[in-house]
Amino acid sequence: MPQRRHLVASAIVVLLLALLPLAGSRYAVDLTTEVLIYALFALSLNVIIGFTGNISFGHAAYFAIGGYACTILLTTYNWPLAASLPAAVVLAGLVAAVVGYFCVRLTQIYFAMLTLAFAMLVWGVAFKWKAVTGGDDGFTGIKLPAMLAHHVGYFYFTLAVVAVGVAALWVICHSAFGLTLVAIRENAVRAGFIGVDTRRMRWAAFTVAGTFGGLAGALFGMYHRGMYIENAYWTESANVLIMVLLGGIYSFVGPIFGAAALHLLQTFTNQYTPYWPTVLGLILLVIVLALPDGLIGLAARVKARRGRT
Amino acid sequence: MTLTMFTLNAFYGLALAMNMFIIASGLNLIFGVLRVINFAHGMFYMFGAYITFTVAKSWGAPFFVGVLAAAVALGLIAFAIERLLLRHLYDKEHLMQLLFTFALVLLMSDAAKMIWGTDQYSVGYPPGLGGAISLGFVAIPQYQLFLCAVGPLIAIAMWLLVDRTRWGRVVRAATQDREMLAALGVNVPMVYAAVFTIGSALAGVGGALAAPRIALVPGMDATIINECFIIVIIGGLGNLWGSFLGALAFGLVVQFGTVLAPDWQDVLPYLLMLVVLLIRPWGLLGRPETN
Repeated sequence: MPQRRHLVASAIVVLLLALLPLAGSRYAVDLTTEVLIYALFALSLNVIIGFTGNISFGHAAYFAIGGYACTILLTTYNWPLAASLPAAVVLAGLVAAVVGYFCVRLTQIYFAMLTLAFAMLVWGVAFKWKAVTGGDDGFTGIKLPAMLAHHVGYFYFTLAVVAVGVAALWVICHSAFGLTLVAIRENAVRAGFIGVDTRRMRWAAFTVAGTFGGLAGALFGMYHRGMYIENAYWTESANVLIMVLLGGIYSFVGPIFGAAALHLLQTFTNQYTPYWPTVLGLILLVIVLALPDGLIGLAARVKARRGRT
Repeated sequence: MTLTMFTLNAFYGLALAMNMFIIASGLNLIFGVLRVINFAHGMFYMFGAYITFTVAKSWGAPFFVGVLAAAVALGLIAFAIERLLLRHLYDKEHLMQLLFTFALVLLMSDAAKMIWGTDQYSVGYPPGLGGAISLGFVAIPQYQLFLCAVGPLIAIAMWLLVDRTRWGRVVRAATQDREMLAALGVNVPMVYAAVFTIGSALAGVGGALAAPRIALVPGMDATIINECFIIVIIGGLGNLWGSFLGALAFGLVVQFGTVLAPDWQDVLPYLLMLVVLLIRPWGLLGRPETN
C-alpha cells in the first residue's frame, strides 16, 4: 500500500499542476497537457519493459488505436465523450490482448520484432482504410464537447484522466500481480518453478499496457483535434521507448520524468536548431556511457553521495 | 500475369533479394558474433550509397571504384566506432547497446544532411551493365542479372570465411565462449573489431550496389534497417543461409506483392515476418532459444 508521504507528494504535484492555468500562459498549459499525455503513454509501456523485462517496439499501435477510435466515434458517429472514450480504451485493450496472445509466446528480440510487425499492420490499416481513418491526410475536424474545447478545460480534463490513470497503474504495478511480473523479469525460469504461469502473466501485462496506451492515445487525438498515420508509425514507438529508458525502467515514476524531459527538450531544441537528432543522439550517448539507469538512477546516486558526506 | 511479366518480375525480385541479402548478411554476422543489434546498419547502407554517388558521380571515377570506396570508408568508420565506443558496452545490457546504435543513427543522419544536404540524387547504371539481355520472350536488365550473380558469390565467400578458415573457427569460438578463447591466447577484442568492420563494410557495399537501382534521399536508411531485421528474423538470427532464404522470400514477396497488391506494398514485409514468426517462432533455419 502507498506510504503516506507518497500520497501527500502526489497530491501536492496534482494540486500545483491544477494551479498552472492561473499563470495565464497558454503555451505553458498546452505544453504541460502534452507532457501529461506522454507521461501516461510512457508509463503504460513500462508495464511491459520495466515489469516483465520484454521490449516492445510496437507500442504506438495501441496509442493510435485509442486515438483513432475515440476521435472517429466522437466525430463520425457523434457518440458522446462518455461513451467514445471508454469504447476507445476497451478497443485498444482488446487489440492488445489479441496481439499479446501471439507475442508472449516469444521473448527477447523475437518478441520485440513481432510487436513491431503487428504495429506496422495497424499502421497499414490506418494508412489504407481511407474511408474511415482519412488515410495519409489524417483524421481531422474532431468535434469536442464545449467544455473541453477551451484549452484550459482540456488541461483539467487531461490532468484528471492522467491522474486516475497513473493511480490505477500504480495500484496494478504494486499489487501481487505487479510483484509477480518483477519476479518474471528477474528470472522467468524460477518464477515458473514456483508455479507462476509466466506466459499468462506477461499476456496480462501486455493487455494492461495496451489499454493505458490507448487511453493516452485518446487524450492525444482529442488534444490535437486529429490523428495522423505517423502516430502509428514505428518512429512513435521508438520515441516512447526512449522516454522510458531516459527516465529509467526500474522505478515506477521514472518514465514520467523521461517523458517530461524528452518532450520539453525536444520542444525547446526545435526552437533554436533544426538539429534535434544530434542533440538526442548525444543525450543517448551520455545515457549509455554514463547513466545506464536513467535520470532516476542518477538522482538516487546523487542522493546517496550527499548522504555519505 | 503473362510469362514475360512473370519472368521479369522474378528477376527484379531476385535482384532485390540479393541486394538485401548483402546488407542483411552484415547485420546477421554482427549479431551472430557480437550479439549486438545494430540499428546503425541502415545508416551504414545509406552512407555507402552516398559515398558511391560522390566518388562515381561527383568525382567521375568508375562505378566500381565507388563501390570499393564505400566498403573501405564504412569499414574504417565502423572500426573507429567499435574501438572507441562500442567495445565498452559488450558487458552491459542489450538495451544499452541498442540505444547506443540508435544514437549513432541520429548523429549520422544529421551528419549526412550536413555533408550531402537534402536533395535527391541518382547514380546511373555502370557502363556495360545498363542494357538488357534478350531471352527471346523477355529482356532482362543486365544490372539485375549482375546483382543475382553477386549475391550468391558473397554468400559463398562468407560461408568459406566463417566455416572453412582458421580465422572463421576463431570467430565461431568467440560466439561460444569468449573467456576460454582469450585464455587460449586469441586476441578476442580484435576478432570483435574485425567482425564489426566486415559486417559494416557489407552494408556499405550493399548501399553502393543499390545506388543505381534507387533514388538517394535522406531517410532511405529507415525502411532498410527494418527490412534487414525482417530478413534476419525470418531466416533465424545468426544463421547465414537463413538470411539468404529470408532475403529470397522477402525479395519475391515484395516484388510480386507490389505488382498484385500495390496498395499494400509497405505492409507486406511485416505480414511476411508475422506469418513466419507465428509458424516458426525462431525463423526458418533458426533454433529455439535456450536459457
